[in-house]
Amino acid sequence: MKRKINLKINGKSFTGEVEPRMLLIHYLREVAGFTGPHIGCETSICGACTVALDGRAVKSCTMFAVQADGREVTTIEGLAADGRLHPVQEAFWNEHGLQCGFCTPGMIMTSKQLLERNPQPTEEEIRHGIEGNLCRCTGYQHIVNAVKAAAAKAGA
Amino acid sequence: MATTITKTETLVGKRIRRQEDPRLITGTATYVDDIKMPGMHHACILRSPHGAAKIRSINIQPALELPGVAAVFTGKDVEGVGPVPCGASLPGLRVPPHAILAKDRVYFIGHPVAVVVATDRYIAADALDLIEVDYQPLPAVTDPEKALAQGAPAVHPEWPDNVAFTYHQEGGDPDKAFKEAEVVVKQRITSQRLIPTAMETRGVVAEYRGAEKSLTLYSSTQIPHLLRSLVAQMLGLAENHLRVITPEVGGGFGSKLNVYAEEALMGFVAMKIGKPVKWIESRRENFQCTIHGRGHVDYYEVAAKRDGTVLGLRLKLIQDLGAYHQLLTPAIPTLSVLMMPGLYKFRNVTADIVGVFTNCVPTDAYRGAGRPEATHGIERMMDLLAAELKMDPAELRLKNFIGKDEFPYATATGLSYDSGNYAEPLKKALELVDYPKLRQEQKQAKASGRLLGVGISTYGEICAFGPSPATPAGGWESATVKIEPSGKVTVMTGASPHGQGEETTFAQIAADELGVPIDDVIVVHGDTAVVQYGIGTFGSRGTAVGGPAVYYALQELKKKIQKFGEMLLESSDVTLSGGHCVDNKTGKSVSLAQIASASYRAMKLPPNTEPGMVATYFWEPPNFAFPFGAHVVVSEVDRETGHVEIKRYVAVDDCGNIINPLLVDGQVHGGVVQGLGQALYEQAVYDDDGQLITGELTDYAIPKASMVPWIESSHTTTPSPVNPLGVKGVGEAGTIGCSPAVVNSVVDALSHLGVKHIDMPLLPEKLWNLVQQGGQA
Repeated sequence: MKRKINLKINGKSFTGEVEPRMLLIHYLREVAGFTGPHIGCETSICGACTVALDGRAVKSCTMFAVQADGREVTTIEGLAADGRLHPVQEAFWNEHGLQCGFCTPGMIMTSKQLLERNPQPTEEEIRHGIEGNLCRCTGYQHIVNAVKAAAAKAGA
Repeated sequence: MATTITKTETLVGKRIRRQEDPRLITGTATYVDDIKMPGMHHACILRSPHGAAKIRSINIQPALELPGVAAVFTGKDVEGVGPVPCGASLPGLRVPPHAILAKDRVYFIGHPVAVVVATDRYIAADALDLIEVDYQPLPAVTDPEKALAQGAPAVHPEWPDNVAFTYHQEGGDPDKAFKEAEVVVKQRITSQRLIPTAMETRGVVAEYRGAEKSLTLYSSTQIPHLLRSLVAQMLGLAENHLRVITPEVGGGFGSKLNVYAEEALMGFVAMKIGKPVKWIESRRENFQCTIHGRGHVDYYEVAAKRDGTVLGLRLKLIQDLGAYHQLLTPAIPTLSVLMMPGLYKFRNVTADIVGVFTNCVPTDAYRGAGRPEATHGIERMMDLLAAELKMDPAELRLKNFIGKDEFPYATATGLSYDSGNYAEPLKKALELVDYPKLRQEQKQAKASGRLLGVGISTYGEICAFGPSPATPAGGWESATVKIEPSGKVTVMTGASPHGQGEETTFAQIAADELGVPIDDVIVVHGDTAVVQYGIGTFGSRGTAVGGPAVYYALQELKKKIQKFGEMLLESSDVTLSGGHCVDNKTGKSVSLAQIASASYRAMKLPPNTEPGMVATYFWEPPNFAFPFGAHVVVSEVDRETGHVEIKRYVAVDDCGNIINPLLVDGQVHGGVVQGLGQALYEQAVYDDDGQLITGELTDYAIPKASMVPWIESSHTTTPSPVNPLGVKGVGEAGTIGCSPAVVNSVVDALSHLGVKHIDMPLLPEKLWNLVQQGGQA
């Protein structure tokens, strides 16, 4: 039995019928066409699917699309405005905070929230803050540098 | 004629941010699962829930009846498809036939049994549950030593001893060395099974165009061309009718240096149903069915003199192969043997490998592939020897290093180390940690009851695979460089980078050689219909073998640019500089764009010169390259919890000349953290029935940001004489150097309790028990 949902993704309205069991990540990727968020584990561990739901970072692989009904989702594709990168995106680029890039969309969404909550985090706070996002390439050090750089730029 | 090339600006050696990043940080890159095609179907694979079982019957009818299901295929349907290939050959190697779907028997948890194809991935998953398989479970064996025991269950009934091969190598006179030894140190050392865990699982999209008899496979692989050659054989397709595209690849670490059943299976399905089909591996499947790494039980013996001079080395290596050979499975432990002497002057060595079948997924190349095991072994043995002789472990290493004037150095295992200065990184690392002071602090800490340890590892690595005679499918790499009529530059590399950053490093090389801005260069890879045949990215070879290919293609092209420059300037005294050919007498110049345009318009051509501005070079390396380095770890074990805190991690690596230090740092950090994962956290655990206990990321602990120390990374530079760039490789170095440094530090922290060796991973429970029981766990 399909259910009608209506949600905003990256500022655009989407209306349609979905199976109640459809995961939000599948709705975003396969129905709405936002393939930035990725699926890395299906168990909420890796965080590659992280998006902002009403401004809060959530793992969209363990949420149903129907739970996002009436709400607003921002994916990595919604971060850059008017062709200008978000400062966290820019910092990941400058600091080489990514290699294969698969975890990056989720990592950036989590880092963005981390900085919104704590604009000048310590290294320890950064490491703790991104603990729900796994990266197998970078060893995290350049990600830590990226978050620090984004914080420094915002604080300057 | 002046042909000296002066560069106006150089990019090689600079910390340049990556060319590939804009698409990755904006979520607009295309990975396999991002591909959508009209009429595309989805496949899900039914896999064995048993480690070993006979299949009595399979009933697919209920699945076929589910609306939306297009087809179900089982083992008998794919009998015409060739076996999953093993590229390695060893004398007497037993190779079990490896069908892409099991028919009457399954050999490991996750063994593919049937494939369901449906209009939607949810329906395909539903249909899997409707397939009825009648299994007769059989006894399984998952531990390689148990598999060798008398009366163990036979993984393959035709080989009841479970031995796939034995392999012997020796050099010098090891028996004499052991007879003359004043001291012999022995230890059993394991390198546990690991799960590579690239963040992107594997995935395949297959599209077949019947009228053209052409198949396109999009696969998350490290080796597009080899995959094409081998899958074409499996499917009986003409190789030039198969196109392999590697879109963005979300990490590999060796796990995608392979040819998997699913790659041929999706080709088969697409050809059968006449529609595009997509299969995306779940994380559970990834853990069960993508290759694992390591899986060693090693018995080491070192012979030495009382003054610390090493004389001989013996190794008995038991390799857990799993149930089948994947592409390189049996070859991996032979790399361990090649590198077993490490950086030391062992002139007498002997090694015996026994490759053992178990009811587990095959092991194969995982970051380091055989070399982390070897380095872990020799570096633990050097510490054991130092402890036995009551020598400082740094002093023992310095005493036995191959000297910097002894290169090229012929090892007792038949290699020729290209260049090195092994004492330098160790001395630098010891200085960075202020070693004498650190030892004092440790003494005081231990006196006050704290468990503080210092661990050293000095590693050498064989990489830049490699000269063709040493590889199963060619060890060269290829490059094509094109200057388009507008003067823009396209580099096509046969390497297939997937995170390493060669779109940037190769663009740096091309920009420097041609004197153009880096943004005028693009690097293309990973499409067999576009790029000339190549080998791929693995074994720390992308830059070390792919880079020189680009360099030499550029040299060919520069000769041609020179000819056109001379023609256009009507001068024989012309220099290519800053993207222009300049007449040294008159100062007149023509731009690369003008030269390229003239070469394509071809109104006039220099003598004996073809139109166009394209050069291709296949570079065969004369030798491997051998990076090296020293890692020093300061760790503290919490007496109450057994938890290891890494207080300092100092890595001094020598990977030859560095093209982009920012990217090299990234490789070192990532490598070290994977080594740290092995040392402290990770282990693939099968129970005795063959069930994979660590079946998801909930149970298999790859390091999180909070579990990782700050890595203090620096370098020494000893250029490789093997290639014109002087580069070595750096992708695997961190992983290879890390685990022994960590374990040595923890053993050192507990040494006063009589602890001499601890096997990885150093789980808190293990260490807590050791501390509680005074070193006697």
